[in-house]
Amino acid sequence: MDATILGLLLLDGVQNGVIYGLLALAMVLVFAVTRVILVPIGELMMFAPLSFIWLQEGKLPGTLWLALALGVLWALLERGRGRGLPLLGGMGLLLLFLLAQGSPALAYLAALLLVVYLGVATYRVFFQPMREATVLAYLIMAVGLHVAYQGLGLVFFGPEQYRPAPLLPGEVTVGLSWQGVLVLLFALAAVLGLYLFFRLSLFGKALLAAAENRLGARLLGIRPEEAGMVAFAIASFLAGVSGLLLAPLINAAYFMGFMLGLKGFVAAILGGLVSYPVALVGALLVGLFESFTSFYASAYKEALVFLLLVPALFVQSLRARAVEE
Amino acid sequence: MLRVERLSVRYGPLEAVRGVSFALGEGEALAVIGPNGAGKTSLLRGLLGLAPAEGRVVLDGAELPSRSPEGLLARGVVLVPEGRALFPGLSVEDNLLLGGFTRFRRGEDLRPDLKRVYALFPRLLERRKQPAGTLSGGEQQMLALGRALMARPRLLLLDEPSLGLAPLMVREIYRILAGLKGEGTTLLVVEQNAKVALSLADRGLVLEAGEMVLSGPAAELREDPRVVEAYLGTAREVEEG
Amino acid sequence: MRYLWFLFLLLPLALSPFPFYLTLLNFFAISALVALSLYVLTGLGGMTSFAQAAFMGMGAYATALVTVKGGFSPWLGLLLGLLLSLLLALLLGGLTVRLKGHFLPLSTIAWQVALYILAGNLVGLTGGHTGLTDLPPLVLLGLPLDSAFRYAFLGLFLLVLFILALGNLRRSRLGRALLALRGDALAAASFGVDPAALRLQAFLLAGGMAGLAGFLYAHFLRFVNPTPFSLEASIKYLVMAVAGGVGSIPGVLLGSALFTGLEDWLKDLLPLFLGRQGNYETIAYGLVLAAILILAPKGLWPLLERRLPQGEGRLPQGEGLPETPLEGKRGEVVLEARGLRKAFGGLLAVNNVSLELRRGEILALIGPNGAGKSTTFNLITGAIPPDAGQVFLLGREITGLPPHRIHPLGLGRTFQHPHLFPELSVLENVALGTYARTRAGFPQVLLGLHGQEEARALATAYRALKRVGLEDLALERAERLPAGQQRLLEIARALASGASVLLLDEPGAGLRAGEKRELARLLKSLAREGYTILLVDHDMDLIMGLADRVVVMNYGEKIAEGTPKEVQRDPLVRAAYLGEAA
Repeated sequence: MDATILGLLLLDGVQNGVIYGLLALAMVLVFAVTRVILVPIGELMMFAPLSFIWLQEGKLPGTLWLALALGVLWALLERGRGRGLPLLGGMGLLLLFLLAQGSPALAYLAALLLVVYLGVATYRVFFQPMREATVLAYLIMAVGLHVAYQGLGLVFFGPEQYRPAPLLPGEVTVGLSWQGVLVLLFALAAVLGLYLFFRLSLFGKALLAAAENRLGARLLGIRPEEAGMVAFAIASFLAGVSGLLLAPLINAAYFMGFMLGLKGFVAAILGGLVSYPVALVGALLVGLFESFTSFYASAYKEALVFLLLVPALFVQSLRARAVEE
Repeated sequence: MLRVERLSVRYGPLEAVRGVSFALGEGEALAVIGPNGAGKTSLLRGLLGLAPAEGRVVLDGAELPSRSPEGLLARGVVLVPEGRALFPGLSVEDNLLLGGFTRFRRGEDLRPDLKRVYALFPRLLERRKQPAGTLSGGEQQMLALGRALMARPRLLLLDEPSLGLAPLMVREIYRILAGLKGEGTTLLVVEQNAKVALSLADRGLVLEAGEMVLSGPAAELREDPRVVEAYLGTAREVEEG
Repeated sequence: MRYLWFLFLLLPLALSPFPFYLTLLNFFAISALVALSLYVLTGLGGMTSFAQAAFMGMGAYATALVTVKGGFSPWLGLLLGLLLSLLLALLLGGLTVRLKGHFLPLSTIAWQVALYILAGNLVGLTGGHTGLTDLPPLVLLGLPLDSAFRYAFLGLFLLVLFILALGNLRRSRLGRALLALRGDALAAASFGVDPAALRLQAFLLAGGMAGLAGFLYAHFLRFVNPTPFSLEASIKYLVMAVAGGVGSIPGVLLGSALFTGLEDWLKDLLPLFLGRQGNYETIAYGLVLAAILILAPKGLWPLLERRLPQGEGRLPQGEGLPETPLEGKRGEVVLEARGLRKAFGGLLAVNNVSLELRRGEILALIGPNGAGKSTTFNLITGAIPPDAGQVFLLGREITGLPPHRIHPLGLGRTFQHPHLFPELSVLENVALGTYARTRAGFPQVLLGLHGQEEARALATAYRALKRVGLEDLALERAERLPAGQQRLLEIARALASGASVLLLDEPGAGLRAGEKRELARLLKSLAREGYTILLVDHDMDLIMGLADRVVVMNYGEKIAEGTPKEVQRDPLVRAAYLGEAA
């Protein structure tokens, strides 16, 4: 292997790694605040570009109806003023979609907001009603939703792969397109944004507080449910933007999200589902590992990535003491 | 200000609190004392809506059939829980600021309150950037109290504020509580350390096995041999003190 | 009565005119086996696996390779399949049983997906996504099982065998231990259950069962490809088990039956409904799972079960387990703690605490809240290891040993919040106490050979119930008992374990005056018989009347020791409880 190839592999690995990193961050955040392991994040990620493509062709995607349906359920579960958010949000979303048919700029926004709305509605309808459930119960629910959403993805968008036009066409250098640069920039911006949000804004700290001590947060008027919705909103936003930016590079199809999500999830596990920095580093490692193994044994690269989980868990097990939970 | 009538709290088959009634006027301090397991914490939890409870709770003349910590917070009732429930990874200052979160959301400025808390607890000012988890027990209690103050409580509920604290620290905390009372805050203190709680309170209430066995002015309770009995068994040996 | 399950074998005869339903019957038998594996893992053990289909795949591909590529007998394929499944379970489980509950299922997801990818890509070995065809039929006693009708008998027969075996498991020491583990591993460990080892064994059993199901699948269809062994398939089995009710055998069977029928119906209906081809049943699975988790978390079977007539239990009779009499001289030291020290972060919770417990005495450990009593208690019982100091039980050092190793040496403990199985009978709850005195392992239990030992264990439990006066409630569900009687149940459980040293954590908590008196009477009579009791409690009346000696702690240190009267008069003690002396 010469320097050029090494460079290409590194570049490829880093590009993929940052996406996994974003997904990992999203998953760690959601887990910290709600104890939910967001397995369906991959589906949310793919729904954005796929919905966008539908809009570009002047059609209303099935995901819109799914989001609105969940929005109705969400409204039914709330009482009084709480109904405002789902209903207004739903109507706004519908309006935006109708306006966006044919306008690419609005279409991006519409697709993104759709995914955010869908994410929050998912939390509100499926996870919040599971009062005081164990992490395991949440996990089973999350896996069930993954399966359902992926199946719905197939219904809404069919099995084909789509390649939307990149926001920034052309290449910077061999192996790095402008779109890829955009992805990297977004990732950086997102990490920085999250960092600032949690370090500087009281809202961010309230979210962390809800994750650290639920009782303490409640006593200060920080509702765990609201914290959950915000966490899911942030996670969906990250997933949606990642999906929109990534789609021109990797082709979007209904099933791709899961793989990406799982790799982000491996990275999150490397951080024990608690550490943000380790998850990010882990994501980069996963990306690089995948890049290099795909060079040598392309078909198995995904299998090898998952098998990476084994040493990760082994390391965790050395630190844990038997018993508990 | 607060009137509680026949409050009962039960967890499944266990009845933690049985038919407790009391009233608390504005600016007063009530001490709820009794041995551990007597139901003191459960009483507070039932009051706040954190545990299933029966009975009437009347606040400022309005009956509150269903209660929640958020709802009571909005009415100026703040709990400093046993074990403090701090956010160990966040800094001291962040913990304090979060105490005023609901006020912050309404657009109020938290800085004057922050200054006031730092004036009350200079040690917290020294340690404002440190993670709350690194503070000593006494400092954590101060932080918990300071955090509660950020919400400008009218009624402050404290669950075992002296828990695990050295005597000097206990005196300090109660001095501050007395100061708060002087400024008009109503206090309800649940304590195992009867002496210090009764020195602060106007009135007291002794809880044993979930039932109220004694109540009355604090001065009387302090001298009452039955109080000693509640803590150390038979009262006969009191004279040998 | 249990053998009524064999009536299942009449089903193929009943359905013989309908080949379509015979096929479904076979799928039911195979799915039910996998669902039963989830009963063991999730229903009993509280763990979850999203990789049961991968284990099936192991079994299926092993036999496919052996028969198609190797030309050997399918029975060799079965052997290899089981071996591989068990190996996979050992590897997966070995790495993850010690982790916090949700890491095991997460790792199963990863493995499931990895294996699916491998199966699809190792074309030379597995035939890739086209798979391997022309597997030979199984031949039993000269008869080839090449029709759905004949195969159904095999499938159902194996199913019934496993139903009986798992029924045995449920009504055995291992079943109780697994149920205890899912509630609170610490409580289970205090009865001698080794949590990691037991969880691993359950995982092995579940993996093996799924591997067997895969073998059956392969020789039924006589064709294997990766699709039926994917993550979606694993989830399908999980949905079957959870929707039916993963906590009971009839529940998982109900789920399997419902979904096997539903799946086929959905496979036909949904493409019509949606206007195009594709496998859309997964949507239904996901949504049904979601609905069940929110609306009926325990599944459908418990809703039906309530309407069925409840069976009568029988009281155990006969001898109990071999008893070791309570020997030893009164006054001899049975438990000793020397210089115990424990710090959590910066906080010194226990500082140089020493105490001695003498045979036949009742020692109380008291102190204000935050004094370090519970920590000391946990250090002695092995729940946490001390930073310094030693603990001796009956002369042997037990410092730093985990609870499940300390318990068989004669130490029993109760908990502040009684850790009972609310849905099991009082008798079964007490029977958990006999875990360390019984020996039957998974093989004996599954084969039903543990009957005699089990009967004696139950008899011992019953005797313990009599000792505390609860024998009339033996067959009641434990959740119906009021707090006081739940405490007595816990003590009976400790007695059933044969422990002679009892450590009671706040036995009086939540009890009324009358219940406390009853408790005190019981404890005193136990002490007279030679039991040694250490208790932590806050009710001074209870303690002063009950304890022979008292140790008082404050701020992590021992501040006083003596008879109740001496301690009451001690000025340090009064200061600790009542605040500063005036």
